[in-house]
Amino acid sequence: MSHAEDHEGTRRDFLYYATAGAGAVTAGAAIWPLVNQMNPSADVQALSSIFVDVSGVEPGTQLTVMFLGKPVFIRHRTGAEIQKAQEQDSEAVGNLPDPVARNANITDQAAPASDENRVLPSPEGEAPGAWLVQMGVCTHLGCVPLGDAGDFDGWFCPCHGSHYDLAGRIRKGPAPENLPIPPVRWDNGLTLKIG
Amino acid sequence: MFKKLVTGAAFALALIPAASFAAGGGEQHIEDFQFSFEGPFGSFDQNQLQRGLQIYTEVCSACHGLELVPIRTLADEGGPQLPEDQVRAYASDNFSVYDAELDDDRPAKPTDNFPGSALETAPDLSLMAKARAGFHGPYGLGINQIVKGMGGAEYIASLLSGYTGETKEEAGTTFYENKAFPGGWIAMAPPLSDEQVEFIDGHANDLHHLSEDISAFLMWTAEPKMMDRKQAGLVGVLFLILLSVLLYLTNKRLWAPHKGKKLH
Amino acid sequence: MSGIPHDHYEPKTGAEKWLHSRLPVVGLIYDTIMIPTPKNLNWWWIWGIVLAFCLVLQIVTGIILVMHYTPHVDLAFASVEHIMRNVNGGHMIRYVHMNGASLFFVAVYIHIFRGLFYGSYKAPREITWIIGMLIYILMMGTAFMGYVLPWGQMSFWGATVITGLFGAIPLVGEPIQTLLLGGPAVDNATLNRFFSLHYLLPFVIAGLVIVHIWAFHTTGNNNPTGVDVRKGSKEEAEKDTLPFWPYFVIKDFLGLAVVLVVFWAIVGFMPNYLGHPDNYIPANPLVTPAHIVPEWYFLPFYAILRAFTGEVWVVQFASFVTGGIVDAKFFGVLAMFGAIIAMALAPWLDTSSVRSGKYRPQFKWWFLLLVIDFFALMWLGAMPAEEPFATFSLIASTYWFAYFFVILPLLGVIEKPDAMPATIEEDFNAHYGKKSEATPAE
Repeated sequence: MSHAEDHEGTRRDFLYYATAGAGAVTAGAAIWPLVNQMNPSADVQALSSIFVDVSGVEPGTQLTVMFLGKPVFIRHRTGAEIQKAQEQDSEAVGNLPDPVARNANITDQAAPASDENRVLPSPEGEAPGAWLVQMGVCTHLGCVPLGDAGDFDGWFCPCHGSHYDLAGRIRKGPAPENLPIPPVRWDNGLTLKIG
Repeated sequence: MFKKLVTGAAFALALIPAASFAAGGGEQHIEDFQFSFEGPFGSFDQNQLQRGLQIYTEVCSACHGLELVPIRTLADEGGPQLPEDQVRAYASDNFSVYDAELDDDRPAKPTDNFPGSALETAPDLSLMAKARAGFHGPYGLGINQIVKGMGGAEYIASLLSGYTGETKEEAGTTFYENKAFPGGWIAMAPPLSDEQVEFIDGHANDLHHLSEDISAFLMWTAEPKMMDRKQAGLVGVLFLILLSVLLYLTNKRLWAPHKGKKLH
Repeated sequence: MSGIPHDHYEPKTGAEKWLHSRLPVVGLIYDTIMIPTPKNLNWWWIWGIVLAFCLVLQIVTGIILVMHYTPHVDLAFASVEHIMRNVNGGHMIRYVHMNGASLFFVAVYIHIFRGLFYGSYKAPREITWIIGMLIYILMMGTAFMGYVLPWGQMSFWGATVITGLFGAIPLVGEPIQTLLLGGPAVDNATLNRFFSLHYLLPFVIAGLVIVHIWAFHTTGNNNPTGVDVRKGSKEEAEKDTLPFWPYFVIKDFLGLAVVLVVFWAIVGFMPNYLGHPDNYIPANPLVTPAHIVPEWYFLPFYAILRAFTGEVWVVQFASFVTGGIVDAKFFGVLAMFGAIIAMALAPWLDTSSVRSGKYRPQFKWWFLLLVIDFFALMWLGAMPAEEPFATFSLIASTYWFAYFFVILPLLGVIEKPDAMPATIEEDFNAHYGKKSEATPAE
């Protein structure tokens, strides 16, 4: 095989590879949009964060809103409830079925499930721990727990008897985890931004 | 046989108005506005779209709707691109929508669409700039569209600035003479006039400018993804040209031995 | 497969033999891809690949659009706008599908006219031709029903007018029309069945495409000279042909890529140019648009449909002979379908013993006139039905029929063909140097 042939062969191979490569890139570029169109569309994405006006939620009541197709419990706790929650906190931490906070708003994923780590920072002029926002979906099999019920005065899931306390932690029953807390923050003192 | 049935009742019905349209079409005067979004590289002018939104809100929305346009898209890149909090405020301050869940009206949210037309006779404007792109002259070949970039936006702007001031009464309805409207007489009273809308930045607000701004805004409502589309078009064309060149060289090389040509 | 002698797939390894003795699918693919192809094919032969690409493109983008589209009269229009505004990249996918239909028809018309010029329809390829015509008719049906789906003004009124054609058939017309529409007028039932059929027919087309390819792989491709490939031995055949892969695949892909540059420029920069603006107005059964025009690819036949009015003596004669059963409306419908059937009958109407138009000195001019006639009809179809367009339409329609029913049969008798190359090899070498032995690429 002469040197010239060798050189020519390389050049030809390069051209063929370049063409095949360009063809593959074209095909790939054409296929991606065909897959991506199945991702949530703009109207669905727009609902991935909602604004909730909570100015009308009196202490001792709960507002349930729909977020991403699931209920969210927004609980405005009374002073007595805050106190009770803190009592539960001292008795429970250390022997909880699920020791982790499950709060999407704190960076430490292993943070302990203390009441402090689960409540929403209160707006100015309100006692700390006045607001608790959590997904209203039982971590067992996805039923919606009832408020103001159960052995721990928190939530009670009627499907299989899971008891959650005032901080939304699982205390008794088959559910494996505490009620998860979605990303939530105050947009202003009256409006919550969830998501 | 005096049976001018044409080829069928349906076609006759379809085409007799067509003839009159063609006749009327000759008198239509569409001015060729220069919009920033014309041509393969043109893009929307954000400030113009914001002015157009203001005109729509203050004037057009009294009768017309934009029911296919989600309010949240006002924040989209390439559009009026308002900050999100302004969009929220805009939605709740200007519009209320019926909520089936509440069974009541509530202030609009960005996730809602603009309301539909308030007046039954006023058409929805969401797609008007695309629906009125049909003056396919000359000779029905649509050359004006290609060469001059004329489309529905030109029609709307020409219509809004094309009132002559003449009116006539017909069957209890007032018609206004308009140079751009097919047939020359339109039922819509002149909606815009000089200095009708004040802009914060003091931008020119004579009739001609107002017509232009609202038309640009309506072009955006009709084709909000125009910039994305042109970009995809440009990238795709360039890449396909590259692919064509490579295929050309490959093909040439592949066939060379059979075409009696020597490989160097 | 019969046809041109060539090497067939030979399973070598154990696994290959195992599969081949049970399902010879690799052999089928090999024989299809390596089919000996006349090496003198010119650039008019790339459109088959473009058509195959279009079919895949339309099916793929169509299936995607269905994921977001709602076939209901109250929701269809808004769901299309949902695709345009909300779905990720949905506006591009929809524009590709919309303009893909136009590309499909550009390709099919060039493909058909290529066949008409080079005599691809003649024996032994009549079945290929007839299958092709069936595909073309199904394409028209599919495109028409697809245009109804966005439920704009043109969708609605186009459906009303075109289904009205069936109403023109004497006696059974109106029941057929009602059956098609699922009611007295175009409504939700119509939309739903059109949606169903628009989804179904492309797969029927795909099946027919396989038969189409099967048929011409059996006879072998036609070529610009119309001279048959020598089939005496493999060696002889190899002088006239090259395998489809890689020679024609790469060539066809080059053609396809160039076509796609233009296509993509239209999608990116003027996607609504070929459509009708009125279709951006939601369907309204109470208001007829000022100017109902079918999509551009229907215009030539639409022009023929309209050309035969009650004033034309042929129509009056037909009406008189049939005792009024064939009225002007029905005559128009017959003429329109007849124009397509005329094409389908070409294999039996053309009496010339020479296949390729290249060697037919008079035919060339008549054919050129047919192409011009086709464009003229397309333009006339978009013009209002008034003078002088009506007269022009009548002349142009008459020529269409005259070409197939008068000129093709007569030319074969009176025309003296030019000298033709004896073999494909000779033709090829006349273009590209003197090498008589094709040496494979090293």
